[in-house]
Amino acid sequence: MSDARIRLAADIGGTFTDVVIETPSGRHSVKVLTTPRQPELGVMQGIARVCEASGVRAADVGLFLHGTTLATNALIERKGARTALLTTEGFRDVLEMGFEKRFDHYDIDIERAPELVPRPLRYTVRERVAADGATLEPLDEAGVVRAARAMLEADVRSVAIGFLHAYAHSAHERRARELVERVFGEAGDDIARTVCISSEVCPEMREYERLSTTVANAYVRPLMAGYLERLRALLDEAGVRCPLLLMMSGGGLTTLDHATRFPIRLVESGPAGGAILAAHLAGECGLDDVVAFDMGGTTAKICLISDREPERSRRFEVGRAWRNLKGSGLPVRIPVIELVEIGAGGGSIGRVDAMSRITVGPDSCGAEPGPACYGRGGREPAVTDANLVLGRIDAQRFAGGHIALDATRAREALERSVGDRLGMDAFWSAAGMSEIVEENMANAARVHAIERGQAIGEFTMIAFGGGAPLHAGRLAQKLGIRRVIVPAGAGVGSAIGFLRAPVAFEVVRSDHRALDECDAREVDALLEAMREEAAQVVAPAAGGAPLVQTRLAELRYAGQGHELRIRLPEGAIDAAALASLADRYEQEYERVYGLRIPGSAVEVITWSLTLATVPPAPVPASVPAGEPGARPSGERAAWEPGRGERAAFALHWRFDLAPGARVAGPALVAEHETTTVVPAGWAARLDTAGHLVLEAQESAR
Amino acid sequence: MNDRTTSDALLRTIRTQVMWNRLISVVEEQAQALLRTAFGSVTREAGDLSAGVYDVQGRMLAQAVTGTPGHVNTMATAVRHFFDRFPRETMCPGDVYVTNDPWMGTGHLFDFVVVTPVFRGDRMVALFASTCHTVDVGGIGFSADARSVYEEGVCIPHSRLVSAGRLNDELLAIVQANSRNPIEVRGDILSLVSSNDVGARRLLDMMDEFALESIDGLAQHILQHSREAARAAIARLPSGCWEARMTLDGYDAPLELVARLAIDGERLTVDYAGSSPAQARGINSPRCYTEAYSVFGLKCLIAPDVPNNAGSLEPFVILAPEGSCVAPSRPAPVTARHVIGQMLPDLMFGCLEAPLEGRVPGESAGSIWVLAMSGAARRGPRPFNVMSVGLGGMGARPTKDGLSTTAFPSGVGGIPIEVTEAQAPVVFRCKEFLADSGGAGRWRGGLAQRIVIEGRDGREFACSAATFDRRDHAARGRQGGEAGALGAVIVEHAGGETRFEGKGTIAVPAGGRLRVDLPGGGGYGDARTRDPECVRADLEAGYVTEAAARERYGWPR
Repeated sequence: MSDARIRLAADIGGTFTDVVIETPSGRHSVKVLTTPRQPELGVMQGIARVCEASGVRAADVGLFLHGTTLATNALIERKGARTALLTTEGFRDVLEMGFEKRFDHYDIDIERAPELVPRPLRYTVRERVAADGATLEPLDEAGVVRAARAMLEADVRSVAIGFLHAYAHSAHERRARELVERVFGEAGDDIARTVCISSEVCPEMREYERLSTTVANAYVRPLMAGYLERLRALLDEAGVRCPLLLMMSGGGLTTLDHATRFPIRLVESGPAGGAILAAHLAGECGLDDVVAFDMGGTTAKICLISDREPERSRRFEVGRAWRNLKGSGLPVRIPVIELVEIGAGGGSIGRVDAMSRITVGPDSCGAEPGPACYGRGGREPAVTDANLVLGRIDAQRFAGGHIALDATRAREALERSVGDRLGMDAFWSAAGMSEIVEENMANAARVHAIERGQAIGEFTMIAFGGGAPLHAGRLAQKLGIRRVIVPAGAGVGSAIGFLRAPVAFEVVRSDHRALDECDAREVDALLEAMREEAAQVVAPAAGGAPLVQTRLAELRYAGQGHELRIRLPEGAIDAAALASLADRYEQEYERVYGLRIPGSAVEVITWSLTLATVPPAPVPASVPAGEPGARPSGERAAWEPGRGERAAFALHWRFDLAPGARVAGPALVAEHETTTVVPAGWAARLDTAGHLVLEAQESAR
Repeated sequence: MNDRTTSDALLRTIRTQVMWNRLISVVEEQAQALLRTAFGSVTREAGDLSAGVYDVQGRMLAQAVTGTPGHVNTMATAVRHFFDRFPRETMCPGDVYVTNDPWMGTGHLFDFVVVTPVFRGDRMVALFASTCHTVDVGGIGFSADARSVYEEGVCIPHSRLVSAGRLNDELLAIVQANSRNPIEVRGDILSLVSSNDVGARRLLDMMDEFALESIDGLAQHILQHSREAARAAIARLPSGCWEARMTLDGYDAPLELVARLAIDGERLTVDYAGSSPAQARGINSPRCYTEAYSVFGLKCLIAPDVPNNAGSLEPFVILAPEGSCVAPSRPAPVTARHVIGQMLPDLMFGCLEAPLEGRVPGESAGSIWVLAMSGAARRGPRPFNVMSVGLGGMGARPTKDGLSTTAFPSGVGGIPIEVTEAQAPVVFRCKEFLADSGGAGRWRGGLAQRIVIEGRDGREFACSAATFDRRDHAARGRQGGEAGALGAVIVEHAGGETRFEGKGTIAVPAGGRLRVDLPGGGGYGDARTRDPECVRADLEAGYVTEAAARERYGWPR
């Protein structure tokens, strides 16, 4: 019989599929290669292996949690369904016009990501709703039917319907969906076709972003539905009959049914898992504020977590197509864990610009050809090449020994692209690249923190992903952070995060009006309706677990363009509650921006309600005190950036360390998939949960 | 040199680069803070703002990427003007300075420039400056109809806004008393102050981290390397002298722009001698704005990767006869300065066509069309006053089509219809590509759009045509590419349609509609050499009509 304490998680990434099982007796994880054509096969293979390793029978598994980059990849590679758009007459091109903005002022060659629905498949119909939800022109039903027939003719498999101001009045969209589905039903073939409406997928103001989100959802829905259906069937076949929950980009879990309808909400599930893990670790280690730092092959992600809650937002960009630049991807508005993504990873390329400055990224050499040291034809130096030349990574043990690194090629590339221009040898070129990439990440983190009025120096950094432990120490020094934690199982961090995630769902409603014009009873009724909507998604997956709700208002001074998310007081909303909301807004505004704007009205843009199960309580971890220093297995010369010179680093193997044993920097602590750099002036110790805790021992930066 | 000295030198090199990066990040933070706190859709949705850091001599060291090119050079020189009125030694910790003087700031009264000196102890170490387009500064509002700058709104000469930490409320009160949107204007100015504070705090943090007493050495490094990079880029061009001309619609009569570009080794000079004199109405481009967009156009093609600072801008010398439309004397009216200013990059491209043959795009729609609409509100006595923007096509590039409905050279973007309609009682009826508006060519010019607007419930409203150029003079193609379509303004009403000419104020009667056809971008290369696959795709999408395909592209081939 299934055992609720036995839980399984799988995270499908671009290269690897990580599968983790947790049982009362421990945790087992495995990395298998992703099987792009049929990703469910890789998942099943991983499940079989962890079950075997842990001695668990498929039927014993109580819950399966899953996240995947499948939707993201389909969007980036433009491999979704043939999709049509039905929109308000006169606005056929909103989707293609986008923000009508150049994302790089000086590059006259820029290109935008091509829209998912080309013009011939963009249909329009007469209808019009005003900003306040009033109907200016009724829906032309015959026009909808004509468009639907044309779509059949055009062999369309998926349809997005998005009308102007539909967030304020959704009746036209709902009726149009009914009509389109009817026409499709009468087609008399067995082809599955799906219809999405913007007022359900993304009920928010700003037509381009709402349409873009709805279209993206429609575009990946057939593919995701097919995948999830096949996976469910394979699971059943293998005897894993427990409930399957999907990880969403907002950090909550949802049902299979809901995920099938709104697959766009799954796009950033991997990073969300990482953030959830970091929040959970904050609990384990008794920390209030942490910053999650995840560095992979192409990008680094940084997420601030205050009071053990990752920050959330609803703006995200999929697939930055032009040199990884902000603004060159597809915007989607879905609940996401707020994180900054920087074009800084192991594959980021180093160069020298016209001002003789070393630059790193934002473009990456990817896995093919990869860094020069992979020996697969890459000629440009990447961050991994720099780390190798700096002595931080062991050429023989990289990626668990799967890839043998060639230091000669790394040195040649560094000299060719950087050193020769600046009169530096390969080592100093590498030191320069390392400093610059760390500086880029530190700058992004700092800007991100300051935008939120946070003092990042008081945070603890949690570093995971292959590259983060190499750079975390230096990054912490640059940010004034004095403690870094490299968790156990850092290599499969996202999947472990899934195990810690709550079942949760966020419902939002755009409702643009001055706060003092809001009727408290109406707001209360709206929130109640939102709670019911959320409950419909959450309750079936929660299995009777208690639920907590978080209600937020997005507020701004009338006339401004950016909102602050303010928590609503508990209980029924009355006039006093609304008044207190305005006060809270002004306090928060002053905290973030350092001033108030007296006399300016505060307006609400959106109400948001999240219903969630209570996440598992963390088991406190502690660092045993008084253990003697660990004995190193050897010594290697490596770059010590704080001192600005090459220094002797003590070498340790992480799994040889005893809990509490102290490793004084400069030191390198290696494990299968990464190496942790302990800077000079810092010391590292393993805590009782197996996390490596690095702490600054002195005030020097 | 021994090993220790070598490695010290290398370390210094790396640290200097790190600090340079940091400085760019600091001004980006400053700009982002401003973007989030500014009022008015032109600033917050479209990004009409700028932020920068300066050394104690008033030389710009770094400028935020966020913002728009019109503020590049204008901001670069603005700080030095403050020193003329308030000598450096008279500036104290806690002081903040302000102006919106078009000749001393960024070219029209709407843009307030706020400057904050930064002190470490008693010693000034740097200055931060920022600017944004405020909602309203009084006068006749956003319009080109003024006959002098005095009619265009309130002008604040260089003044102390904050004196040793004390806010000068009287000064703000004067601005507020003159504005139709007093609360927003105050909010914008205070946002500029707080964004400078963000920059100042971050700079002081950096100085602590690197134990710096001054940033003079860093400034020297930045300016020198940037200057050298810009000079080297110029030196890669052939020496010689080239001229380009352009005719614009003007306010009510055409005007002529003439530019002569001279390159001599690493020296580059542009001279606007021969351009039309200052115009009677508010489309003149003050010298600072002329310099900004001239250098922007040149840098796009010559040195796009060199960051903006006093060093990289220095090798570009821009001359313009005083009293001309590109260097008008006070009190010439200047509100719609971008009508002329934003055409200058295309003029620079024209000059560079010969020396950079094969690398210069076709002309673009140029000046953005600001849809400044006003009328009676649905509720309350205060009339509405809202700004949207209309964007035409960008010129075709030498290896690809022009971007459709995208501003060039301006960096602003469109404003969502739903945002505008939530702010004002107007209803958009159409915002769609205009077929055949992109100039034909081997590479097609960017498409323009048609925008149709009516008053909510059939009410009347007004819209300024101040910035609507290229209605008589199209964006020209290059290398045999054809011109983009002309723009047009039509008022639809019960009695039919009326074409609106000139740059005055359009009155849309009750029950009527305003139809705005934006200009398209110029094409590149001979249309008959366009890849048949591209022509077919354009036909299928309806970007090009059958008739135009036959006539211009020789279709079917």
